[in-house]
Amino acid sequence: MVGRLRTLEKILFEHIYIPLKILAKDKRALFGLFMLIAYILISLIGPMIIPLDLTPNLEERYLPPSWKHPLGTDFAGRDILAQLVHGGRDVLTAAFAAGIVTVGIGTVIGIIAGYMGGKIDTVITALIDIFLTIPGFPLLMVIAAWLLQSGIPINILTIAFVLSITSWAGLARAVRAQTLSIKNEEFIEVDKCLGLSKLYIIFYEILPNLMPYIAMNFMLSSVSAIYSYTGLMALGLIPLTPGNWGAMINMAQAYVGTITGAGATYILAPSFAIILLQISLVFLANGIDKIFNPRLREW
Amino acid sequence: MSKPLIKLENVSMVFEIHPMFGEKKKIKAVENVSLEIKENDILALVGESGCGKSTLGRIMLGLLKPTSGKVLYYINGKYKDIWSLSKKEYKVFRRNAQLIPQNPYTTINPMRNVISALIPPFLHYKIARNKEEAKKMVAEHLKMVGLAPPEDFFNRYSCRLSGGQLQRIAIARAISVKPKFIVADEAVSMLDASLRIEILDLLLRIREEYGLAVLFITHDLAIARYFARKNKIAIMYLGNIVEMGNTEDIIKNPLHPYTKALIMSVPIPDPDIARKRGLPKLRSLEVPSLVNPPSGCKFHTRCPLATEICQKQAPALRNINGRLVACHKIGDIDSK
Repeated sequence: MVGRLRTLEKILFEHIYIPLKILAKDKRALFGLFMLIAYILISLIGPMIIPLDLTPNLEERYLPPSWKHPLGTDFAGRDILAQLVHGGRDVLTAAFAAGIVTVGIGTVIGIIAGYMGGKIDTVITALIDIFLTIPGFPLLMVIAAWLLQSGIPINILTIAFVLSITSWAGLARAVRAQTLSIKNEEFIEVDKCLGLSKLYIIFYEILPNLMPYIAMNFMLSSVSAIYSYTGLMALGLIPLTPGNWGAMINMAQAYVGTITGAGATYILAPSFAIILLQISLVFLANGIDKIFNPRLREW
Repeated sequence: MSKPLIKLENVSMVFEIHPMFGEKKKIKAVENVSLEIKENDILALVGESGCGKSTLGRIMLGLLKPTSGKVLYYINGKYKDIWSLSKKEYKVFRRNAQLIPQNPYTTINPMRNVISALIPPFLHYKIARNKEEAKKMVAEHLKMVGLAPPEDFFNRYSCRLSGGQLQRIAIARAISVKPKFIVADEAVSMLDASLRIEILDLLLRIREEYGLAVLFITHDLAIARYFARKNKIAIMYLGNIVEMGNTEDIIKNPLHPYTKALIMSVPIPDPDIARKRGLPKLRSLEVPSLVNPPSGCKFHTRCPLATEICQKQAPALRNINGRLVACHKIGDIDSK
């Protein structure tokens, strides 16, 4: 029992305390981290505190911010803050799910291409080139339209999967290049002499070197997933879900069509929520290199 | 006398380059090399850069498969080609042949600390039963290579260690599985001159303790002489071994013109003597390309003794006064 506690303590120390200590020196990354944690907490706990009441209340349409409605009300007199808080969960889940799927596909394909080499590498590289040249968002629009017709249920996971189709290629290329350069290093030769297995080489020698790329790419593809997800919804290409930030923008530009005057908060609030989330993720992504790269540590 | 542990028989290694445009090129990195290393013996392999000495080392370790010829390893009372060993036998060979690479800064993964790089071999061969035991063994090995106190080095990364310390760790990693044979590929050439002797002495001491056979690859004749002073030396030129024999014999009385030129080019720390000595008596100082090697004896474009036969026919290694020399003109010199 004591042994188990000690390993838990060690894991906490290595994976929580040290990264935090490193991040603490990078003010921007720290800001990003706190903002992200705030977003996650609000999306998790917020809905329990602020109830979402979607019944139209025509007497309270387009109210400016007040104590009762901190961000004003929408075209049907519903509280904007409540919608914002309830929509966060969807956006965050879609973003992180897309990030995980992207990173998974990109890393696996990149390592296979880089480590195996030969014909497999040629084929995969050609595939990567094709996916890199296709413009992402138009392709997404086409896929979304096809999905709507095909009858495949559109939930957050299918959306995450679709979002990652357009964004895995960049990471796969970076991972392939990195794998190629590492696999000829002398420490890999020594490993081979010692008889250590291919899996050991891939997981313990190559993967740690890829971690900065993977972590950074996770953040950045989450950012682009937020953009694509809310963008698709704002354009009305995927079914709107109540409270979703993209759906709010969609409704707002249909009903308000302006960012000045009454009801301005209806379009500004979700927009700023998206921008702030993206900024905090980008800031955190810039600081993440320091956590994984021992050369950048200051002791 | 002890028997040969690893034998190379007529080993050649040809690399093919397939450029996108133009003809494909062949590079003969190693050509028709036969040599052997006895148990508990040292062979120093000397040659200029690009002559194929590292490739030869990789072939002996089984990291590269030679395009022709055999690498024979003494196992279960017989010599067997390492490329046709059974899985079990290959595991034995794999454990017994280790590498100490050239660049200390890339011998451990820059993303991993010392302890996590040193533990896996102990667990892989079940030398240690668990991580704690492996840790103790790592500490012992670090102490053995002169890194004390070992605990100070456990959590360090390669960027926080000096070249000498890293080379000691590389040695510790190589001997951790108790091998019988080690290839030290330019093991000291990237270290500060002041550290070299220390690392060489460490290697010699460990070799003595473990009874290791060592193939010591270097481009520096002085270091080869120091390391293999009681053993053998082999001189390599463009993929061929041109002279092989006891170290002191070869240094004091070199027979092959290339060996002579090599010995002439070892710097003397006295400018007066060095200036008087002048350049080695070669016809050309340029090294021919491996893609397009000269015909016959590959050294004939630079050799001061070269005649017609040298251009046409490649000389075989002959036994002259107890050593092997590949030169058409040597017998002539002796008879005169």
